[in-house]
Formats: sequence, C-alpha cells, structure tokens
Amino acid sequence: MTETLSLDAKVKQALDSMPYANTLAIRPILMGEDLTFVLPYSPDIIGNPMLKALHGGAIGAFLETAAIVGLGIVGDTLALPKPIGINIDYLRRGHPKDTYARAVISRLGSRVANVRVKAWQDSVRTPIAILHGNFLITKPQKK
Amino acid sequence: MDKEKLQRLWDLAPMFVEGTPHAKFLGFKFVAIEIGKATLSMPYSEKLIGNAQTKVLHGGVLTALLDQASGLAAVSSFKNIQPVATLDLRIDYMRTGTPGKTIIAEARAYKTTTHIAFVRAIAHEGDVDDPIASSQASFMTTASSRKSLGNPLERTKAVKNLPPAKPTTTERQS
Repeated sequence: MTETLSLDAKVKQALDSMPYANTLAIRPILMGEDLTFVLPYSPDIIGNPMLKALHGGAIGAFLETAAIVGLGIVGDTLALPKPIGINIDYLRRGHPKDTYARAVISRLGSRVANVRVKAWQDSVRTPIAILHGNFLITKPQKK
Repeated sequence: MDKEKLQRLWDLAPMFVEGTPHAKFLGFKFVAIEIGKATLSMPYSEKLIGNAQTKVLHGGVLTALLDQASGLAAVSSFKNIQPVATLDLRIDYMRTGTPGKTIIAEARAYKTTTHIAFVRAIAHEGDVDDPIASSQASFMTTASSRKSLGNPLERTKAVKNLPPAKPTTTERQS
C-alpha cells in the first residue's frame, strides 16, 4: 500500500530531503492550493557588497528549489525530479530583503516536465528573476 | 599593457571571490585568471547537498559556481576592470556529480562589447572532457559603475588596503 501524504507533509518532506534548501533557510507558505516559497534575506546571499545586491547564484538556487519541490509534490508520493536544463533571466537587482517564488508547471510528461518559476520581492508584478527549465521525472523507488 | 592588466587581475580576482559574501559562504576558491578567462573551484560540503539520499550537490550550487566563474571572466574581459550583473544564465546538467569531489568551473568570455560580455563555462571534477554541467550567460557592467567616472572597485574597503597598482598611479599623474 502506498502511503498518501498531505500537501503540507509532502512539501516539508521535500525540503527536508534537500540540505541545501535548509542551508539557505528556504521555507514554504501554503495558502490553500497555492504554494509560495520564501528565501529569507541573509548577509550570506549577497553577491555584490557595494550595491547590496543578492547573488545570482542564490536566486538561481532558490528558483530551482521551488521548481524541484513544485514538481516533486505532484502525485501521491514524493519523488524529486532532476534538472536537465534551466534558463534564468535576471530582470531586476535583488535587494537585501526576503524573496518569494512560485512555480507553474507548463507541461508534466511521464519522463520530462517543463516548469516556470517567478521570483519577486516587492510585488508579484515586478519579478526579479524568471526560471524556465526541463526536469527529468524520477519514479519513487518500488518496494 | 595587457601584462599590467593581467597583474592587476591577479591582484583583484581573489578578492572578487572572497569579497563576495555568497561565494565565501559556499566555499568558492579562486584558481586562475587570464584576460577573458577565469577558473574557480568548490570543495564538496554536506551543507550543499540537494538530495539527502544520494548525497549529490544541489543544482543551485552549480548555478552559483558557474555564475561566479562566468562573472569573473566577464569582469576580466572589459577594457576597464569593473563589476558586472548577470543578465541571463542557461545551464545544462550533463551528469550527476560524484559526492565528495571538488568541482572546478572554467569560464571564457568569447565576446565582449562595451557593456555586455557573453560567457561560456563548464563545470567538471578534474576531467574537462567529462563535464557535469555547462553554461552560457551574458553579463552587463552595473549601472553605478557606468555612471561613475572612476573605477568603483577602487573605493571598496578591501581594495583600499592594497598597495596602489602602478597603472592607476600613472593615470592619475598624467
């Protein structure tokens, strides 16, 4: 019998199985079915100390985490997909404050999924970065 | 002149890496620099794991490493050394990394215009022919550095503590 997890539990389990997400202190905000992630500001994620701008790599890792978790929680059991290729557009400078992200699955195939993730700070209408990527779907291991 | 710029790059590049808080946080190490080329390395660390079961590093860590190496290559490719911001970054993950292995990122700016640099980079574990990821990115000189007359890097605290570089002194005297 496969165990069915609640959305909350799946998101928590997905983030817990990703030590780096924990290193960046990424946490979820669940509002009904809408899943948003937060990357809390920390001096450790600064990329340009003069401009106090966030590091592109930290924003990239955050977007990728949102994509992986967003895909991983689809279905009854947890299965984290592996990235094949990602494309990130940096639209605005990341200011030293909390960043939010939400993933939208463009297509979910049996082997490959295409996901878009938007990251913003002040308003969802002024995103700071957008990721779109292809991910390899991994099947949960059979017992 | 290229020789002087190269010397200056070797003086500045380690600080470009260590002076970047997120690069320091992830443990990036400066390896080498040439005009338009940069190499960095990153030792394996448990806090950077992306999958607790397989112990493989998080893809985002590679994103950060490739971004940093590519950015450094971009910095070195401009006529005047100046900070840059990433415009876009594309990464192909070619194979899973080996847990425990140090990752090396080599970047090359293959075309640089007045304010934009186009950079390709590769991440591997010692064998360039067996890459774990490759990337293509574009960088722009940051707005504040374009507006200011001098090199904004000269004003940072870290750089201030350095003995003045020869080319700059000559420029000021002339």
